[in-house]
Amino acid sequence: MTVASLSATVGADIGPKINRERGQRQVFCGLAGIVWLHRKIQDAFFLVVGSRTCAHLLQSAAGVMIFAEPRFATAILQERDLAGLADCNQELDRVVGEVIQRRPTIKTLFLVGSCPSEVIKLDLHKAAERLSEHYRDQVRVIAYSASGLETTFTQGEDTCLHALLPELPVRPEGERSLLIVGTLPDVVEDQFKRLFGELGIGPVEFLPPRHLADAPAVGRNTLLLLAQPFLSETARALQKRGATLIPAPYPFGIEGSRAWFWAAAKTWGVSRERFEAVIAPAVERAAKGLSRQRDLLAGKRIWFLPDSQLEVPIARFLHRECGMELIEVATPFLDRQLIAEELALLPPQVSLTEGQDLEQQLVRLRAARPDLTVCGLGLANPLEAKGLRTKWSIELVFTPIHGFDQAADLAELFVRPLLRAERLRV
Amino acid sequence: MQLTLWSYEGPPHIGAMRVAASMRDTHLILHAPQGDTYADLLFTMIERRTSRPPVTYTTFQARELGGDTAELFLSSLRAAYERFRPELLLVGESCTAELLQDQPGALARGMQLPIPVLPLELPAYTRKENWGAAETLYQIVRALLKDRVPPPGSARPQRPAGHQPTANLLGPTALGFRCRDDVVEVERLLDSIGIGVNVVVPLSASPADIRRLPEADFNICLHPEIAEQTGEWLRRHFAQPMVKTVPIGIGATREFLKECAAAVGLVLDSVPEPDWSRMPWYSRSVDSTYLTGKRVFVFGDATHALAAARIAVEELGFRLVGLGTYSREYAREVREAARRYEVEPLITDDYLEVEKRVAELQPDLVLGTQMERHIAKRLGIPCAVISAPVHIQDFPARYAPQMGFEGANVIFDTWVHPLMMGLEEHLITMFREDFEFHEDAPPSHLGSIQTRPVQGSPAFAEPGPSIVWAADAEQELKKIPFFVRGKARRNTERFAAERGIKTITVETLYDAKAHFGR
Repeated sequence: MTVASLSATVGADIGPKINRERGQRQVFCGLAGIVWLHRKIQDAFFLVVGSRTCAHLLQSAAGVMIFAEPRFATAILQERDLAGLADCNQELDRVVGEVIQRRPTIKTLFLVGSCPSEVIKLDLHKAAERLSEHYRDQVRVIAYSASGLETTFTQGEDTCLHALLPELPVRPEGERSLLIVGTLPDVVEDQFKRLFGELGIGPVEFLPPRHLADAPAVGRNTLLLLAQPFLSETARALQKRGATLIPAPYPFGIEGSRAWFWAAAKTWGVSRERFEAVIAPAVERAAKGLSRQRDLLAGKRIWFLPDSQLEVPIARFLHRECGMELIEVATPFLDRQLIAEELALLPPQVSLTEGQDLEQQLVRLRAARPDLTVCGLGLANPLEAKGLRTKWSIELVFTPIHGFDQAADLAELFVRPLLRAERLRV
Repeated sequence: MQLTLWSYEGPPHIGAMRVAASMRDTHLILHAPQGDTYADLLFTMIERRTSRPPVTYTTFQARELGGDTAELFLSSLRAAYERFRPELLLVGESCTAELLQDQPGALARGMQLPIPVLPLELPAYTRKENWGAAETLYQIVRALLKDRVPPPGSARPQRPAGHQPTANLLGPTALGFRCRDDVVEVERLLDSIGIGVNVVVPLSASPADIRRLPEADFNICLHPEIAEQTGEWLRRHFAQPMVKTVPIGIGATREFLKECAAAVGLVLDSVPEPDWSRMPWYSRSVDSTYLTGKRVFVFGDATHALAAARIAVEELGFRLVGLGTYSREYAREVREAARRYEVEPLITDDYLEVEKRVAELQPDLVLGTQMERHIAKRLGIPCAVISAPVHIQDFPARYAPQMGFEGANVIFDTWVHPLMMGLEEHLITMFREDFEFHEDAPPSHLGSIQTRPVQGSPAFAEPGPSIVWAADAEQELKKIPFFVRGKARRNTERFAAERGIKTITVETLYDAKAHFGR
């Protein structure tokens, strides 16, 4: 079933009503994605073409780690570049030359577009073509945008993966494969590979890969399973290449993981009995781990501020499997098709917000005084100082939280701030 | 375009934010795209503040670029004014907004709000963070005091009899390196000679406080990069003298106290040195003898780099091998100091140039910023942080000033800590095959922290002339402790190159050693 046919069956009125808000937004731009993408894709280098602000963002986010050799950098636009005194393309060629000379081992160079490069309409795609030609057989150069104008936080991964697609080899006609899309921690990838192996599903490949040299092949018999909800462009482009998207909730918690694996197993033709037999030990383990956390979360009221698009699936998990009460769930962007299976699982009365008007959201939040608020780091400490307990949301993209064996860990992320508040006597 | 791995300063609007966030009853409207709110994290996370910085962002996105970004700016401004009711409103643009040219300053003035509205010019493609902070502070002080400037030539009003002399502290800001504790320490220093503090600017000052600046007898410029322009303006218009010696280090602290006393007409025969001033004795005690001549490279903002150079040479007995700054505005002062210490000055904001210089010099210790920690890790050199930019660990909970006598204590501990302790250094040189304390192991008092050079990474050394090391010479080189080995290798190769020696033998190694000394 494709996304298009899925939307027809789900319909627009299923799930809670969506409030749309516009105003000041307290979110990261897509450049922040580089912080995890550069670790996942080990043979790539990310060169942002932007301003000092972009460089400052990256180093503020990642600079606490001490790098012997950072795998990202910024080509900072100078007055000369803006005034047209310097040919931006020549300048870019020179800077790319410096990067490649410094890091001769890199295989792929991403030119990452920013707000300034987009406002001055610097064509990075053309530059990437030109540079790829120049460094043929040595370095591939790929452009994508991660500007704040175009992308919010995790959407930077979507635009990055989308740009990678032309590089993926074509899988021969008739060859069946499963492609898992979205960055997963290595340990989760390995768990998933083992489970799919036991279910008899294979070959299973992952996008992004750990090394671009082992990029997965995509063909007309490739089945797509999204591991992350923020991959709209990538999912659609893969479908255009003939791959089939398997609609599923996202693999958070036992319920989400079960439904996610079953969606793949069913499509692959695995019997229900075999499926249940294979996942039974994992489900049992997860249930045991989760029961402890559930006691601490049940009945607690939680509020999500928009950040990563992970809000809806994680709210679903916390509500259905941990017994939390959802007050407001806000998300920066809501792809009705990719999130349809999740919306159907949310309680219909939940207040669901797409977008943000920061001050208004904070007024509502302060009035509601939830037990736990999921928010970004710009807000977390100020809310804590006002006596609210917070869970900073960025951790959700930096922690293994997918799959059965991480279900208890995911719940624990929300337990920890509550437990801490109880423990501290200072 | 400039290839930038790490940048020493943020864009100028970050400087404006630092001033706004330092102050009370002041709000900044920043015309900026979605995502630029990352800057809030600097304050809420790195400095761990308990409130959001007083900044409202317009956070425009692509869909707004059609032409209503100016309207978006106005509605943001109106909403921010209504919500926060500040006494002073600052208006600025981030780098992307600068390209749009919505003229937010003019738009804001057109709104005729009943409070001062100050448009800031922050050229994001030519200027940087400290400049932005200095300019913002200067504009604020000028705007709030220009109607109080006495006619040219008027004398300073006499301090009423019996009133304590006071000074203003200019320069401490939010996100400044150790500003919080430096202010406390400087207040303590001044108190020891009977001088009070009138206003600290901008840290914790309100617009009303700024209007009280002229009441002090003199100004103390603690951070020239941020406050010198403001101090000069106050000196010109309010005849307030400005003390420019920054009290970092024992010698500088003593001079500072004398200057402050002189500024209010006191003569200080001897500087009161408190009981807790331990650094001079620690440095003289025999345990510190092994510090003598340790080769040190210093880089940071000009204020901290200059202070560090003096401490290193005069107070710790190190040998300065390099001195540099990213504060171009203070290039002259740093060049002069470098000449005094007979080292090559390095004025650059290019991280790669700093890295190259450190690799060439192979110092025993790097005193720098957070960025030099990356360099030092790569090259396997001990490192301590002396200047912004810094990360969260350099906004410590404990009292940790750099200024005054306690600052000198803190500095002694901080700089000596990364070096291998004396006994271990001796033993490693004598016995090099120990399985635990072996030659490439990190100093054992640092636990398992690795300070080894990254293996196999591309070096910056220019491909040298075809000099080869004989096997036995290579073996002998390995007997030199790791923290001076890089220097020994370079010296020997240079020695060989200058004499046309093609193969370095054990003899060449020792000839070079005799030639250069350690």
